[in-house]
Amino acid sequence: MEKLDEIQKRMIEELSGLHEVPVGAYNFRANSKLAGRNTTANIDIISKDDGSGIDIRIKPGTVKESVHIPVVISASGIKETVYNDFYVGEGSDVVIVAGCGIHNCGNQDSQHDGIHRFHIEKNAKVKYVEKHYGSGDGNGKRLLNPVTEVYMEEGSSLEMEMVQIKGVDSTSRKTYAKLAAGCKMVVQERLMTHGEQYAYSLYDVSLDGDGSAADVVSRSVARDTSVQKLDLLVKGNAACSGHTECDSIIMDQGKILAVPALEAHSVDAQLVHEAAIGKIAGEQIDKLMTLGLTEQEAEEQIVNGFLR
Amino acid sequence: MLELKDVSFVVEENGGEKSIIDRLNLKIDDGKFTVITGPNGGGKSTLAKIIAGIKQPTSGQILLDGTDITGMSVTERANLGIGYAFQQPVRFKGIRVIDLLRIAAGKDLKIPEACKFLSEVGLCARDYIDREINASLSGGELKRIEIATVIARQAKVALFDEPEAGIDLWSFQNLIRIFERLGSEKSDRTIVIISHQERILKIADEIIVLADGKVKAQGASEEILPTILGTSSAVDACSLLTKEGGEI
Repeated sequence: MEKLDEIQKRMIEELSGLHEVPVGAYNFRANSKLAGRNTTANIDIISKDDGSGIDIRIKPGTVKESVHIPVVISASGIKETVYNDFYVGEGSDVVIVAGCGIHNCGNQDSQHDGIHRFHIEKNAKVKYVEKHYGSGDGNGKRLLNPVTEVYMEEGSSLEMEMVQIKGVDSTSRKTYAKLAAGCKMVVQERLMTHGEQYAYSLYDVSLDGDGSAADVVSRSVARDTSVQKLDLLVKGNAACSGHTECDSIIMDQGKILAVPALEAHSVDAQLVHEAAIGKIAGEQIDKLMTLGLTEQEAEEQIVNGFLR
Repeated sequence: MLELKDVSFVVEENGGEKSIIDRLNLKIDDGKFTVITGPNGGGKSTLAKIIAGIKQPTSGQILLDGTDITGMSVTERANLGIGYAFQQPVRFKGIRVIDLLRIAAGKDLKIPEACKFLSEVGLCARDYIDREINASLSGGELKRIEIATVIARQAKVALFDEPEAGIDLWSFQNLIRIFERLGSEKSDRTIVIISHQERILKIADEIIVLADGKVKAQGASEEILPTILGTSSAVDACSLLTKEGGEI
């Protein structure tokens, strides 16, 4: 097992707010190798036989437990694709924290493509937090292309916090979800791009069962010459309710293409979408300046608040 | 003391020039409760923005305690002690009431301290401290939070631009009480309120009537108020509210 160095520890702190080894189950992956694992009586983590990733198995009825699975890449030139499968047992109530940090000081591109599949059994409740972060001043690019697939059984709920606010040069984030009857899914995405970064984010949520509901909200900020494309699609295939919203701040020479979309395949589907793109309002800056902040500080406060 | 010398503000309109503030001279003494009134379009809000630094005068000088602040930014003026409550408070997605109060106070306010500022404007901190300053707040709530930010700044000169504008009658009654209390406090803080409201004019130490970009009259409240009662410079909120027993 590899030992974490200082850079890797700092990256893990950025990703999960962890200063120490967490309580509960965890799996640390650093530069494509296992750097730490802990399982509990209710949560098992097993490496896949072919080495392509891990299976996380949460026993039915597991409540108030957490799983952390941060991934850190600090060597230049690593390219990996990892498959992680989460099996969340019936009636569980758990928090799952994932994320990937790339620290690239070298000249070769580093890339992590994580494929996360959630199999959420009946009446289980999951809070999933995923953070992506990049740092390092080499010429090598930091690339992250996460794919998330969610399969929800009757009465389950999932709350997702998807955050990428710094240092990732190029990202294509795709999330697909299928909700059975009575399921509830809430997504809060926070995205910031700067420099010449490119980010593509896709959500494709199918409301397949009666009484299912989804609320997919993306807030993003595009600075400098960065480009974002946001595709937020909710499909209503039953008596369901769905809401999707893209809300963006555009700065400098940024470009944003926001496409909230709805598809109704049932007369009882109630679907709503919203989208707004705008620069920071001058009066917001003025107000914070009257409270003693400089223009730059005011801008930071507004962006930080927006991405909270 | 806040002093304006020969201040003009001219805008371009339909290819020509329009004077909003016209060679205005004004002195506002420390510790006074001053209300600026006058007809709509008379330049009141522009004057407040010029003092706060949000608009730059075309010519003239602004002095605070003898220091020329004309060329200073909004931030520099704020840090010298000028506070300004917007007529239409600004909304911020994601910024909470506690965040704005902390920025205003310039320190990491503890909850009980923030609570004090909110209770001064009649809001229960428990209900509001974590609320985002977004469209979920009513006009009256936003106005009160706006006033709380100016109180939290402990500004030497606190400017309030039509605090009663655009709010419902219930909130109006409460707002008046806030200003009555501020007016009765004996302190060095200078309060300048832009308002047409008779009840606010009544609690002023001094009234300034502004029309056509100039000071038409300035003096003690009891001297000026009788001359403007019944005009658009001193209006009553609603006659039903002031009838006996009819007050909300």
